[in-house]
Amino acid sequence: MSKEHWAELGDGRRARVFRAAVLNRVLEHFGLSAQAWAGSQYVLRDRKGGTAVVSDLGALWVEAERLHGAPLDPLAADLLAALES
Amino acid sequence: MKTPVVLVTGFLGSGKTTLIARLLAHPELGETAVIVNELGEVGIDHHLLRRVDERTVLLANGCVCCTLRDDLATELRDLLDRRDAGEIPHFSRVVVETTGIADPTPIVNTLLADPLVPHHYELQTVVATVDGQHGLAGDEAVKQVAAADTLVLTKPDLAASAALDQLEGRLERINPTAPVLRVVHGDVDPATLLEHHADPRLPGRAAPAREPAHGHGESAVAAIALELDASVDWIAFGVWLTMLLQARGADVLRVKGLLDVGGDGPLLVNCVQHAVHPPVHLDAWPDDDHRSRLVFIGRGFTAAALEASLRSFSRLSPEG
Repeated sequence: MSKEHWAELGDGRRARVFRAAVLNRVLEHFGLSAQAWAGSQYVLRDRKGGTAVVSDLGALWVEAERLHGAPLDPLAADLLAALES
Repeated sequence: MKTPVVLVTGFLGSGKTTLIARLLAHPELGETAVIVNELGEVGIDHHLLRRVDERTVLLANGCVCCTLRDDLATELRDLLDRRDAGEIPHFSRVVVETTGIADPTPIVNTLLADPLVPHHYELQTVVATVDGQHGLAGDEAVKQVAAADTLVLTKPDLAASAALDQLEGRLERINPTAPVLRVVHGDVDPATLLEHHADPRLPGRAAPAREPAHGHGESAVAAIALELDASVDWIAFGVWLTMLLQARGADVLRVKGLLDVGGDGPLLVNCVQHAVHPPVHLDAWPDDDHRSRLVFIGRGFTAAALEASLRSFSRLSPEG
């Protein structure tokens, strides 16, 4: 029995499209991208051809960290500067 | 209807078992099953007492707080099966007592993230006992305090008044979202103890600092508060918080608060490290202040950094 991720409870298609847009603005800074996939899944890609399919938003950051090789810190000043530009 | 679970945590000798034994004597807690890890010196005389041997399952991401307590999940499922089969007396609540040195997060995680348990049980509240005579000892005790919805200061009759006030002040600095009850020999009204699950008490009686204390280990753990004037985009917030918990989960012991997401009432957000309660939409705000307010308990971050980051993420949403 699967369990919906807390951040995705009751999601519709519109919410998933919006979330993917937010995710991609953030992931871009780390050389990654995400595509909303079937159900709550995402396909995560890096620029070297690395790919991972993740089950939900929580799992996405685990895989993103693995592909990037370091934690993706939302408080990092360079990320915030990139998001503001 | 899901069966409520009350988690009682607290350091060795801080009076967990005394508290539970006295609570079970109240008629309104009669239909309660109790799960313990160890049978302590203070016996619990109860017809539905179960002892489990801690058995943990580490998940693929290797995070300790995301560990699932397989023993607890199995016991909870077995209790349901046997209740439904009429093999044991009916129960309408479960009390889980942690070991004294336990980090309570894996238990919270099991109740919220196990594939089966959350379909049948809901975590009603987390109570942490703190020894009024000996105070807090070590990182685990601080994690227990951070995870609590209510703090029970035990043995206040054995401690000097000034020392108790000092300890209570420290507890409020670590977790201003949890009321502190001074309780002698476990003598407390069950309703008082159990009612705080939905009471966010934010930002708390003592306003948390904007900046964390300096230091290392448990001494660096403090609560900081964010208050946001503008409403928060829920989708951007979900992306931001999941990213924050992954990057800094070991240092973010608790997030609790009310979020203005544009509706009539706020959204109640409540996380214990990576274990996140399903967000609850409240019908109305608890007072006239309708601003988002979040308390972060942990170390290594400032309110200014959290606020700047959350604002940047909020602006990313197509609707933000």
